[in-house]
Amino acid sequence: MIPPEVFLTFILMLSVFLGFELISKVPATLHTPLMSGANAISGITLVGAIGLAGTGNHDLSNWLGAAAVGLATINVVGGYLVTDRMLAMFKKKEN
Amino acid sequence: MDTLIQFSFVVAAALFIYGLKQLGSPATARRGNLISSTGMLIAIVSALVDQGIVEYQFILIGIALGSIVGVAAARLVQMTSMPEMVALFNGFGGMASLLVGWAALSPAAGTFNLVTIVLSILIGGLTFTGSLVAYGKLSETISSAAVMFTGQQVVNSLIVLSILASAFMFCLQPTDPQWLYLVVGLSLLFGIMAVIPIGGADMPVVISLLNSYSGLAACAAGFAVDNNILIVAGSLVGASGIILTQIMCKAMNRSLANVLFSGFGSAQAQGGEVEGEVKPITVEDAYYVLEAATNVAFIPGYGMAVAQAQHVVKELAELLEQNGAEVNFGIHPVAGRMPGHMNVLLAEADVPYDQLLEMDEINPRIETVDVAIVIGANDVVNPAAREMESSPIYGMPVINVDHARTVFVLKRSMASGFAGIENPLFYKDNTRMLFGDAKESIGGLVREFGS
Repeated sequence: MIPPEVFLTFILMLSVFLGFELISKVPATLHTPLMSGANAISGITLVGAIGLAGTGNHDLSNWLGAAAVGLATINVVGGYLVTDRMLAMFKKKEN
Repeated sequence: MDTLIQFSFVVAAALFIYGLKQLGSPATARRGNLISSTGMLIAIVSALVDQGIVEYQFILIGIALGSIVGVAAARLVQMTSMPEMVALFNGFGGMASLLVGWAALSPAAGTFNLVTIVLSILIGGLTFTGSLVAYGKLSETISSAAVMFTGQQVVNSLIVLSILASAFMFCLQPTDPQWLYLVVGLSLLFGIMAVIPIGGADMPVVISLLNSYSGLAACAAGFAVDNNILIVAGSLVGASGIILTQIMCKAMNRSLANVLFSGFGSAQAQGGEVEGEVKPITVEDAYYVLEAATNVAFIPGYGMAVAQAQHVVKELAELLEQNGAEVNFGIHPVAGRMPGHMNVLLAEADVPYDQLLEMDEINPRIETVDVAIVIGANDVVNPAAREMESSPIYGMPVINVDHARTVFVLKRSMASGFAGIENPLFYKDNTRMLFGDAKESIGGLVREFGS
């Protein structure tokens, strides 16, 4: 059995290489939407925060988790919406 | 049930990856963003149905408040203020990761777990305050100039050493909260200290780097709470930010270390003396030149964003096309305050994206351009980068507008650019200066075409 630390690090390594491959193909025109879209993805912390905010323990960890849920949601919701707003503006020349 | 949740994370990761792939072309990018957001929705719903959750009120309150703020910000933000908003969002992401790392601390944590907790607090904390300072500089709430003082490097090194020491002590004595507080406080302090010596013109690099950090923080938080999807998504974002950082540094011909530590633009430029005479031109005369032109290129810079001139520029571009000229836009990678800033502004003004040329596309054909119109750009068109070895920007790739037949430079006054460097372009024989507010000057040209 692979120890969990090794397994997680393995995933990290593969994702980093995949990320480099994917992002280097994004044209300069789309760098701002790429950034705000990536920002929305980094709101994935929300998934971790949900588990901590719902333990029902009413301890420090619970409150920290709840605050993290709020902040990460701003990232997710705001990030995706503003990216969509920007990308909707990119149009091809009509002939 | 747990296996099902884990599998849905796999689906979410696949959707993130596919969504990012679709971002590779403007034609599919919007769908890509939608796909990526679907992945996010799946991940969130899966997290919500986890059996470990016994209480929903805090989660729902957090999601509700966060959504209100997020929707409002996304709707209300001006396209010119996009860099500020991205900076602020980066900061929120960093803070969320700091809180998750902290909350994940339990008495049962092993050493590996403690190290990942420290990392998410450290990266999250410095991303948070660093982004706030970047936000302040970009929105001009605080001075955008580089803040330097004697002994800065020493102070910063001491902070880094203290962070390392307290992080080490925290891992040894995780039950002793003082080390934890010290790590949190020092990380927040370090974020401020790291960004204040960076001047406004270098902001594209800083935002890209903070973007990367916000991803790495999420990644570290993923290790702390033992969650794959955080690691995958976080490292995708981390990689994206690093690539953009590299592109920005290359476009300025500087190393990342030089951007982060040199306080570029704070020292008054030495440069060399520039000889020659500045030749102003009136709107009317500029009109006659443009009317006869068959190939026109616009080179926008941050000044176009400040003057909000993108819409009137688009109007002029249309009139020129109706007049039979070929019109293009040449966009330098570091024009504006974040990567791709100019492209978004021009897209907002309905300029089709196939007219937006990158530096490497416009430069080979610049000699066939009759008139190059420089709007609020300075350093990115400075021929000193090619010609003057004494110039601080020597070696930086620039758009060679001086090779066009005629150059119009729209400028408020003769003040030097953001980096405080003399620009010999203004003194070239084929350069004409159109002084005044960019929006008004272009508006004047539009009126001339109308009459």
